[in-house]
Amino acid sequence: MDKHLKKRGLAGKMAMFFTDRDALEPALVTLFAALFSLLAGVGLIFLVSKEPSQSVRNFLLGPFLRTYNIYYMMIAMVPLTFTGLALCIIYQSKHMSLIVDSSFYIGAVVATAIGVNLSLPAGVHPLVAMLAAGTVGGLIGLLPAILKIRWRANELVSSLMLNYVFYFVGSFVILYFLRDRNQTILSSLPFKQTFLLPRLVPNTQLHAGFIIAAAFVVLVSIFLYRTKWGFEIRLIGANQKFAAYAGLSVPTVILYSHFVSGFLGGVGGAIEMAGLYKAFIWQMNPSYAWDGVIVAMLARKNPKFVPLSAFFLAYMRVGADFMSRRGDVAFEFITLLQGMIILILASDKIVNYFKARRLKRTALATSSKSAVAAGGL
Amino acid sequence: MDTILEAVDLCKVYGNGTAANRHVDFAVRPGEIHGLVGENGAGKSTLMKIVYGEESPSSGTLLLDGRPVRFGSSRDAIAAGIGMVHQHFMLVPSLSLAENLVLGSEPRKKSGMYDLEEAVRITQSLSDKYNLKVTPRARVVDVSVSMRQKLEILKTLYRGARILILDEPTAVLTPQETDELFVELKDLRDKGHTIIFISHKLGEVFELCDRVTVMRDGAMIATHDSGDVDRQTISNEMVGREVRLTVDKKAASPGASALDVRDLSYVDDFGITMVDRVSFSLREGEVLGVVGVDGNGQSELVRILTGSAATLTGSVRKRGTDITNATPRRIRRAGIAHVAEDRMTVGTALPASIADNLLADRYSAPEYTGGGFLRRSAMAAAAGDIVKRFDIRCSSPGQPVASLSGGNMQKVVIGREFTAAADVLIVSQPTRGVDIGAIEFIHRTILSMRDAGKAILLVSSDLGEVLTLSDSLVVMHSGRIVAYFPDASAVTDKELGLFMLGVKRQDETEIRKVLHG
Repeated sequence: MDKHLKKRGLAGKMAMFFTDRDALEPALVTLFAALFSLLAGVGLIFLVSKEPSQSVRNFLLGPFLRTYNIYYMMIAMVPLTFTGLALCIIYQSKHMSLIVDSSFYIGAVVATAIGVNLSLPAGVHPLVAMLAAGTVGGLIGLLPAILKIRWRANELVSSLMLNYVFYFVGSFVILYFLRDRNQTILSSLPFKQTFLLPRLVPNTQLHAGFIIAAAFVVLVSIFLYRTKWGFEIRLIGANQKFAAYAGLSVPTVILYSHFVSGFLGGVGGAIEMAGLYKAFIWQMNPSYAWDGVIVAMLARKNPKFVPLSAFFLAYMRVGADFMSRRGDVAFEFITLLQGMIILILASDKIVNYFKARRLKRTALATSSKSAVAAGGL
Repeated sequence: MDTILEAVDLCKVYGNGTAANRHVDFAVRPGEIHGLVGENGAGKSTLMKIVYGEESPSSGTLLLDGRPVRFGSSRDAIAAGIGMVHQHFMLVPSLSLAENLVLGSEPRKKSGMYDLEEAVRITQSLSDKYNLKVTPRARVVDVSVSMRQKLEILKTLYRGARILILDEPTAVLTPQETDELFVELKDLRDKGHTIIFISHKLGEVFELCDRVTVMRDGAMIATHDSGDVDRQTISNEMVGREVRLTVDKKAASPGASALDVRDLSYVDDFGITMVDRVSFSLREGEVLGVVGVDGNGQSELVRILTGSAATLTGSVRKRGTDITNATPRRIRRAGIAHVAEDRMTVGTALPASIADNLLADRYSAPEYTGGGFLRRSAMAAAAGDIVKRFDIRCSSPGQPVASLSGGNMQKVVIGREFTAAADVLIVSQPTRGVDIGAIEFIHRTILSMRDAGKAILLVSSDLGEVLTLSDSLVVMHSGRIVAYFPDASAVTDKELGLFMLGVKRQDETEIRKVLHG
């Protein structure tokens, strides 16, 4: 059937998508979750705002009304894409580790150390930082996996706990080894010029990280769907007992999937540093992992759709930010909308509503046929 | 005539799209033993789970004493006087029979403390009243399967059951124990209880039941007075067409030993010895059947051989290569394929595609992977090939396995394992819950693999299946091999029953012949 697809090309693929209910229906549900949350946002604004129509306009259209807002969205998409991709891999293997939060944060710290201390030519400098941050991020990603394999510790719990540990480890490193003591606020020493990523558009903050993120979307898609490692990850996600029975080394797969996921987080952290900042100035952990959860869920664990869902989340964020600056609705209301998206997408019953209905219809329809046949005996 | 329990236009569709019950009408009269027969997967168990409140119907009504009822859980059904004895017993092995009986509604002393003596007394008096002999103080682990079953029946009676549902109660019993159970059940009926007896064994149904209802493919086919109907009619209704369960089979010509199993032992989590010094040799070109009442160590033996349980003693060698306690990965690499007994949880990955399922054991071979990248066209071609050869009915190999019927799902398992690069096949319950067409196909395939020189170990709780396919037989009882028959065609059911029950045992020299020197 793959051959048929290829022959018919893109149009054929589209047609297939709209006739294949198994693919179409979950997409509709996802779309519903997104639209519903926007709609709920509008409702909320009307509840709390004194000038609701202005706020709604700013929230929904604001991101496109100003050129700089469009760049903001693109910038915001970069970390969302990396954590979203990282969680796609974890979710495909049906694990729940959120350690990518640490990988991202420590990745930023490692990149800071390299950006501050090493002298390397431009171009090479951020690349080295990305590789180092990715490696450290990957190793951190391994920890919950090892705990799971060795002692059957639930990786969701252990990763959440480890996230605290690594947050303080990171703060410690910044405070004791990288801090700029001439600054009153907490800040690392300034990055070397060679460390900074080039800007894509002059006089904006849009940096080369956007391109790198796009490249990683392609790489991760290929990794998951075209390599044997991706096949293994998807297989243990589909049924781990089956995977072991079929001869896969399940612990190995769990280990490298967590490493790759952590690696992506680490690279994301390094890019955030080299792209946006002049020094490490995070006063707290920006916690992109939770955003990654939303991105991965909206993308239905498929890296192909990560840019789309990262864009949607960035759009909501920038809109809420724009609105809160010009009106009386606080930015934090966005968390309500995100919560709603997660609730809808996490509900098996809602997501599979169409499917269950359709299955019942067809199942009972085929039955009456055989029941008639039976009656004729 | 009046009915005590009636189902009207009942439908049940499971989450994976299986219609287990389709517009079922079913009526039971008070004080009868009503047989419910049908092939595996005909929807008998589902119907009874609905009656017992364990599943809720997708549509339709359930009437109890003529009034519509809706059970939210089995608790409601029990309160309404319905009791069920499951195929797999719901007992706590480490507690005594009396404690199990009263579990959930324990008698208390005036001080509020648990009254064990009263529990024992209740158990004894129920046991006497209904003529179901149990020893109240014994622990469940220490008593026989048939006594556990009696306890399950007593448990439902203790909770006030007027209607008793027995789900394939004889599956775990020997012929002798079955006869005993039937006497007890008739006695219960005469005391005014209503019994629904689920079975797929016709002989038992005719012996025991007043009326028989036949189900097939989720639908109700007919209800008969068992005096007015013959076996052939029922059997035709069960399968929907004439069946001949005989396969044309050439004589086997066994060759050299391919798998040498010596002295395996396994102790389960409860400390029970499930496999006890089991030894045999499996030769190429033969089907060696393993027979036994379920739970006598067959499953555990297979788990040891396939790498999901560890033996305490002894060794497994495949043509000289030691694979004792190896991982499933190494065992497969040594050339052993395995049809897992449970296709839903182990044998397939339901959400994954048919193609991915078919190639899950060989995707990393050079034909399918180069430099880490999958050769997707080669994979699609190979999967398409197996789909065709094994007649897996689907719209495309990209379809998830979950969307297939039980029979086709099983063909996915068989298709993968029988095309694996293996010369030893461990085949467990190959046709459990599979429609008759697929059964014939799977049986023919197993025999053609044998004729191609593969060594096949066949474990099945379907005695007819083992007898049809096997060239030679071993019987397991309490974890031991108690008999070896070099020629499976020379054995009768009755004779096997005695060995399965543990009444008879061959002497060591007879059994040791299975080592083939």
